[in-house]
Amino acid sequence: MVTKFFLHARIGFFLAVRHIRRASLWTTSLIIFVMILTFLNLVVVSGILVGLIQGAVDQVRTEFTSDVIVSTLNDKSYIENSPGLIALMEQLPQAQAISPRYSEGALLEANYKTHKVGDKPNTAGAQIFGIDPAREDAVTNLSQSVTEGSYLAPGDYDQVIIGQFLLSQYVPVDDPNFAALDNVDVGSKIRIHIGDVTREVTVKGIIKSKVDALTRNVFMVDSQLRSIIGRNDGNVDQIAMLLREGADPAAAREALKRSGADRFAEVQTFDDAQPQFLKDIINTFNMLGAAFSSIGLVVASITIFIVVFINAITRRKYIGIMKGIGIEAGAIEFSYVFQSIFYALIGSSIGLALVYGFLVPFIAAHPIDFPFSDGILVAPIGQTMFRVGLLVAATVVAGYIPAWMIIRKNTLDAILGRN
Amino acid sequence: MIQTTNLIKTFRDGDRETRVLKGIDLTVRDGEFLAIMGRSGAGKSTLLYQMSLLDDPTGGEIIIDGRDTRTMSAREKTSFRLTHFGYVFQDYAILPELTARENVAMPLLMQGKSPKEARAIAQEALARLNLAHRADNLPSQLSGGEQQRVSIARAIAHRPSVLFADEPTANLDNDSSHTIMKIFQELHKKGQTIIMVTHEPQYARLAERIITLDDGAMVMV
Repeated sequence: MVTKFFLHARIGFFLAVRHIRRASLWTTSLIIFVMILTFLNLVVVSGILVGLIQGAVDQVRTEFTSDVIVSTLNDKSYIENSPGLIALMEQLPQAQAISPRYSEGALLEANYKTHKVGDKPNTAGAQIFGIDPAREDAVTNLSQSVTEGSYLAPGDYDQVIIGQFLLSQYVPVDDPNFAALDNVDVGSKIRIHIGDVTREVTVKGIIKSKVDALTRNVFMVDSQLRSIIGRNDGNVDQIAMLLREGADPAAAREALKRSGADRFAEVQTFDDAQPQFLKDIINTFNMLGAAFSSIGLVVASITIFIVVFINAITRRKYIGIMKGIGIEAGAIEFSYVFQSIFYALIGSSIGLALVYGFLVPFIAAHPIDFPFSDGILVAPIGQTMFRVGLLVAATVVAGYIPAWMIIRKNTLDAILGRN
Repeated sequence: MIQTTNLIKTFRDGDRETRVLKGIDLTVRDGEFLAIMGRSGAGKSTLLYQMSLLDDPTGGEIIIDGRDTRTMSAREKTSFRLTHFGYVFQDYAILPELTARENVAMPLLMQGKSPKEARAIAQEALARLNLAHRADNLPSQLSGGEQQRVSIARAIAHRPSVLFADEPTANLDNDSSHTIMKIFQELHKKGQTIIMVTHEPQYARLAERIITLDDGAMVMV
């Protein structure tokens, strides 16, 4: 039985190789082209869908939370023992840079000098972050997001950089839930109200980004914010930590927890800090991607089915002759299965080369400009190889069934071309 | 030896029944060269297909070397055809994507011979038919006569006990037809059993025995 199987496989392979080698180059190219498109459909459509959100996640990571984010416990108003914690984080071997941040809720007010009693005040709510400009830039590269005006300098007195969506000229739609300041630009003076304290500051720069934490908030030098909120104990509200290349955020988080950091603060990786809705969207897009991929797989199967069916039906006479001279049906079926595998493998291989050799690096270098993220192509190698396996399996079935349908016809009818 | 007794073949088309073979009793001895003649529609090819196990008769029996073919399964018949029979068809019936040598080697590979052995035997068979120099040519690069000789090489390479030929010269010019018939005579001289269907008397006369069919029955032996 096993010997027969291998004999059939050997002869099937012999026939398949010759059939492919001597088939029309155009036909073979067309089938392979369809397989490449199918492969791209399987991998790229879901990859872009997931990459759309993954781009947003990556941007939040690189531009705000960094790899590990340490923040205030829910029942505290700041991180207690911050100086000790900062020292501990700086000593972690995997830490490349850290940025302690102060954070306070504030009301921003503009055009207060021309405001008349009875007019609607020109105000907007925001979170104000007090940062060390150099340390923040080392962690999140914040200066690169300041596209108008300039970034903060350590000695800046009463100057802020402000997120674009706090300025009405950059808000695409008038959203009553997110008030924005009118008539404010670089150089404008605005007031900041934090509790009972009011401070007049100058807008030094405008932050443009696709990360809400940057575009809906205000940043100023930490010493300035400290003086407004009257905090002199060195306790901060957030500490973002950038890890060295290749370091595992989860391992860094665990190292901090082992050192007791979680007694004073919540220690999270960038992944932990993702909002649940973002995780839900990723899962939903994964499901949508799988659904679209399934359709692609069905289309590929039908394509191979039709190709093999037409091939087998036009070669029905030769199939009959082969059976007539004693070539067993199993060997002939194998030849069609091998041809299907060939098309699927060549299509997938070219598709793999396109995805990993061109599309992934190209889109990573030139992200797709979606309104809320710079979309990338997410194609984890494990998932992609699984899809290659699926494609090959589907084409094997799709190649076998029509071959079996034609081969099982009466031998003499096939030889004589009778129906 | 092939022996048919009261061999009947009927084709059914809806309610209409056409009896193509009407009880043929025929014995073909080992080493015999038999020609089956008759006009178009007489049933000569149908008889050949029944004897060569390419088709199943409606009634009667076929005994080949003492074995009743009615007891054989489809798979056994395929295997029997592979090892005991060789076939030459009117339109050559060689596979277009295989070279001459690969066409001849195919049944040998199916018999389990190694590619090297099959290749050597195929080359030898082609040489016997003066086609050694065309071994690597595709059918499209060969003339009709050469294609039919490849077909004969494929049929005899595994030294079958019976060679069946269905109108082997029908598509060939005179020269090629003479060559093919000469090959058949030489094979017969070496002891090859040949059963050939033809409608050309000049080639039938080269056989050892001629039977003539008319309307599904033997009219002349």
